[in-house]
Amino acid sequence: MNKSPNNSGHFGLYGGRFVPETLMPAITELDSAYRKARQDAGFKKELNQILKHYVGRPTPLYEAKGLQEAAGHEIRVFLKREDLAHTGAHKINNTIGQVLLAKRMGKTRIIAETGAGQHGVATATAAALMGLKCEVYMGRKDMVRQVMNVFRMELTGAKVIPVLSGTQTLKDAINETIRDWVTNVGDTHYVIGSVVGPHPYPMMVRNFQSVIGRETRRQIRQIAGCLPDVVMACVGGGSNAMGIFYPFIKDQGIRLIGVEAAGKGVETDFHSAPLAVGSPGVLHGAMSYLLQDRWGQIKGAHSLAPGLDYPGVGPEHSVFKDSGRVEYVAVDDEQALEAFRLLSETDGIIPALESAHAVAYLKELAPSLPKGSIVVINLSGRGDKDVATVAELIKERAD
Amino acid sequence: MNRINRMFLQIRKRKEAALIPFITTGDPDIATTEALILEMDRQGADLIELGLPFSDPLADGPTIQASSQRALRHNINAKDLFGLVKKVRKKTDIPLVLMGYYNPLLQYGLSAFAKDAATSGLDGTIVPDLPLEEAKGWMAVAKPQGLANILLVAPNTPADRIRKIARATQGFLYYVSVTGITGTRTELPTELSQGLNGIKQLTNKPVAVGFGISKPAQVSMLSAVTDGIIVGSAIIKLIEAHTIKKGNDLKAGPDLVKKVGEFVGELKKATKTGY
Ligand SMILES: Cc1ncc(COP(=O)(O)O)c(C=O)c1O
Repeated sequence: MNKSPNNSGHFGLYGGRFVPETLMPAITELDSAYRKARQDAGFKKELNQILKHYVGRPTPLYEAKGLQEAAGHEIRVFLKREDLAHTGAHKINNTIGQVLLAKRMGKTRIIAETGAGQHGVATATAAALMGLKCEVYMGRKDMVRQVMNVFRMELTGAKVIPVLSGTQTLKDAINETIRDWVTNVGDTHYVIGSVVGPHPYPMMVRNFQSVIGRETRRQIRQIAGCLPDVVMACVGGGSNAMGIFYPFIKDQGIRLIGVEAAGKGVETDFHSAPLAVGSPGVLHGAMSYLLQDRWGQIKGAHSLAPGLDYPGVGPEHSVFKDSGRVEYVAVDDEQALEAFRLLSETDGIIPALESAHAVAYLKELAPSLPKGSIVVINLSGRGDKDVATVAELIKERAD
Repeated sequence: MNRINRMFLQIRKRKEAALIPFITTGDPDIATTEALILEMDRQGADLIELGLPFSDPLADGPTIQASSQRALRHNINAKDLFGLVKKVRKKTDIPLVLMGYYNPLLQYGLSAFAKDAATSGLDGTIVPDLPLEEAKGWMAVAKPQGLANILLVAPNTPADRIRKIARATQGFLYYVSVTGITGTRTELPTELSQGLNGIKQLTNKPVAVGFGISKPAQVSMLSAVTDGIIVGSAIIKLIEAHTIKKGNDLKAGPDLVKKVGEFVGELKKATKTGY
């Protein structure tokens, strides 16, 4: 396999470093600090200690018998329980790694963007753990949708800064965080929350999240005695998907399925499915598939799941789409909502609305699978944050 | 010789600094942009930067973001900008440089963009999210069309990198005065003059400084140490202040062009007093 990305951060046609010159020294410094840390046994050891004793890794791989039964068709369905990681989502795998790195680099201030608030909470948590100052940019619309997470961030000592520009969601929160970084680049590290942004972020976040896939490989072998037939995950920026897919990339026989948010339908203007219906372009420092008009203006995204509400996607996913190594599909708000309720009932697990997208695709997939197939779904987060939204929707419909 | 190089030669001979106003194309509408170009030219502007509005302007502060948004209300695009330049080219020879983010260039098609930009009468481009490493493709198609691609350096750019960028830039080198985004600042960094002097030791090409400059006194001070001074947000604030909101529509107020012209005239005067 070719080295991916290459030294300039390109994954084939995608990726790269499309940033203002002021950020070039910072991302070059980050790149070399990260490469050094990767070679350093001390860094690895410290990271693993925290992941084990603080985050609670390895997270369980759980055979969801109820969901399995509901799907019918005599397949086996396993959930990789990232919802059980500290703070309730996979995001913490990345933030612990990055904040640890930032501390080694001598940075004193951490900034982050957040959509669902999960990445913000995970960043604020890591910063609290390691004693660094933390500020999180969040779209005003998302602050309303995810009140609980705003308060969690504040409790852990972070300052949440409302973003009023543009769509007031994740895309503009990233814009504002980049603007902050351009201004305070000397003492500040930007913890990006997904496999997006300029090099080295897509590579670094992928590597921090790959712990999900490595554990899954080990666990499924122990439980089922073999590797899975299908691995599925939801795709917003694409970090939980990349994290579970990456260690299976070379196993050509294993189907990898990324589930985007179709929102109100990919044929409408209200979805978040750049891989399904977008086209390549440059946003937030990297070349990748994105939602745009013919003049290259970025379009707003929509999903009931705030963590998927983003018009772009990580560059390496674009490579996997073009090569066909990963299948990308989309499920809409209604399907996700149905899966949210289903998994809560069948197995007593309330999934994040984001993760519910991956669960929802099982219904479409199951009939086409041979008997005895093993499916692993990355349950990227828990749904506590979404309970208010869903309750309101259910009530609206009852009225 | 290209209009930009010719202009800087004259500026150096006259021992002053070039005044480079920035405005967003189509804010509040294309007709006003046209009138502004001609008026700023009359008032002594030496080069004009025309912003191509973009939905996600990463390097810009709230003033220019809002200006982009106003222009995007009527979907101003690259074709509109080229059309405007073609029209004003018949009336003025002032160097015109497009300042725009990379994605709109990319979606237009780089070769087609370079060709249409040059044909319309543009002299160059500034693409703030296209650092040297990513700029090769664009420069390869822009150069044969005679378009200068102007590169930027910042206060935190290391000397060896400044040398590389200075070698590759065309027309002039854009020195970003602050580590930060665009927007007016009451005080410029105290190390700015030092930074500029440092840059001048690394290159013979003209250097223009931008970001945060808003007052004639700042212009006067800087004109002693630089070949050009770029003023954006301060002018855009003036445009904003003289724009009239009519329901959902925006319209240039009766004094807009005159007021901007007066301000540009004042700034230009200040470029001659620095020596
Ligand atoms: C639980 C959960 N899953 C998934 C995502 C989407 O991000 P990614 O595609 O990077 O995994 C988010 C983002 O906030 C999230 O909170």
